[in-house]
Amino acid sequence: MKRSTIDLWVGLFVAIGIAAITFLSLKVANLTPQSDSNTYTLTAEFDNIGGLKVKAPVKSSGVLVGRVSNIALDTKRYVANVTLTLDGKYQFSRDTSAEILTAGLLGEQYIGLTQGGDPDNLKTGDHISITSSAMVLEQLIGKFMTSFADKPAAGGSDASQSQ
Amino acid sequence: MMEKLLSPFRHLGELTVNAIWRLGFASRFLLAILLNSGQSLLRLQLTIREVYFAGVLSLIIIVVSGLFVGMVLGLQGYNTLARFGSSDALGALVALSLLRELGPVLAALLFASRSGSAMTAEIGLMKATEQLEAMSVMAVNPIARVVAPRFWAGVISMPILAAIFNVMGIFGGYLVGVVMIGLDEGTFWSQMQNNVDLHYDIINGLIKSLFFGMAVTLIAVFEGYDATPTASGVSSATTRTVVTSALVILALDFVLTAFMF
Repeated sequence: MKRSTIDLWVGLFVAIGIAAITFLSLKVANLTPQSDSNTYTLTAEFDNIGGLKVKAPVKSSGVLVGRVSNIALDTKRYVANVTLTLDGKYQFSRDTSAEILTAGLLGEQYIGLTQGGDPDNLKTGDHISITSSAMVLEQLIGKFMTSFADKPAAGGSDASQSQ
Repeated sequence: MMEKLLSPFRHLGELTVNAIWRLGFASRFLLAILLNSGQSLLRLQLTIREVYFAGVLSLIIIVVSGLFVGMVLGLQGYNTLARFGSSDALGALVALSLLRELGPVLAALLFASRSGSAMTAEIGLMKATEQLEAMSVMAVNPIARVVAPRFWAGVISMPILAAIFNVMGIFGGYLVGVVMIGLDEGTFWSQMQNNVDLHYDIINGLIKSLFFGMAVTLIAVFEGYDATPTASGVSSATTRTVVTSALVILALDFVLTAFMF
């Protein structure tokens, strides 16, 4: 079996293909070789997670520090149990608070962590106790409407009709 | 009178029975290819030669059309996204639509019309000039010698071509979005990286193109092998390859998408 020119072209073709797949996985999908030992998980309970999804970013001061790895419903207390996987580089104090925020007006929802003052840090499996739920637009409008209706008749005919 | 009334139905029935007959033959043919591919993989030179004809020579059409598809996506996507004030998401839009759908599907359609038709014509002409029978007489199995190398060449080439199509498309989107329109380069890439998932988007896209490669090359070699050994028979087999491949690619795409996403 001899080497021929066709081999060169086919080799080049396969090399370009491998380069293309590498480009797609590194540059487009941002595959960062991250070992599991370098991360730690925390849990947090929310009354309402709104549109939060698995793999949603976890940010602190706007910096990406981890991702949501699991969302489950606690069927005893009927609250959402969210598991966060955080980068080991970033440590947070035990009284850190978590809230569900929205990027932009209609953007995706993410979890924002605010550092507390406790000298001890959260470890794997720890629980974030101070949480605030997602803002749900319907509830917000509902609250606004009821507070508007509860106001002592300010001469508005709309308020008296809605009562 | 009755005869004339019944003839359309008879024709329909004949078409249906024929289609099922050919489907069964094609399945048996696939099995024969798989059983005989040991020999052709041992003689790798045959497969490499076919990769050259099916894959390397398709590079130009894949690269050029990938670039233009990406540029069109960039332009159209920008016009639509700018209306909602979210032109930042252009990178994610271009990358996701290419990786999930357009890359595998368009590369497969181009591959079917560029290489699939050539395979059908070549094998059909070999059959018409009795070369396949001559091989059998010389105790050379034509499926192992002619068909299996082409089949594997198509299966190998298709994911590579789709990946190249994707890269060129993303580059085209980058050219239009960043170089021409002047969006922020950092936002373009970071939006893309935040929204594209390796397993979910890229691997699934490659799996799709692997399936398309199998389907297209199987149709191409089968149509060639099954062609009526005349000039018009080879010509209609080539036409059927392109038409059937296109339909099968689109139908398979729906099924695979429903499974994956």
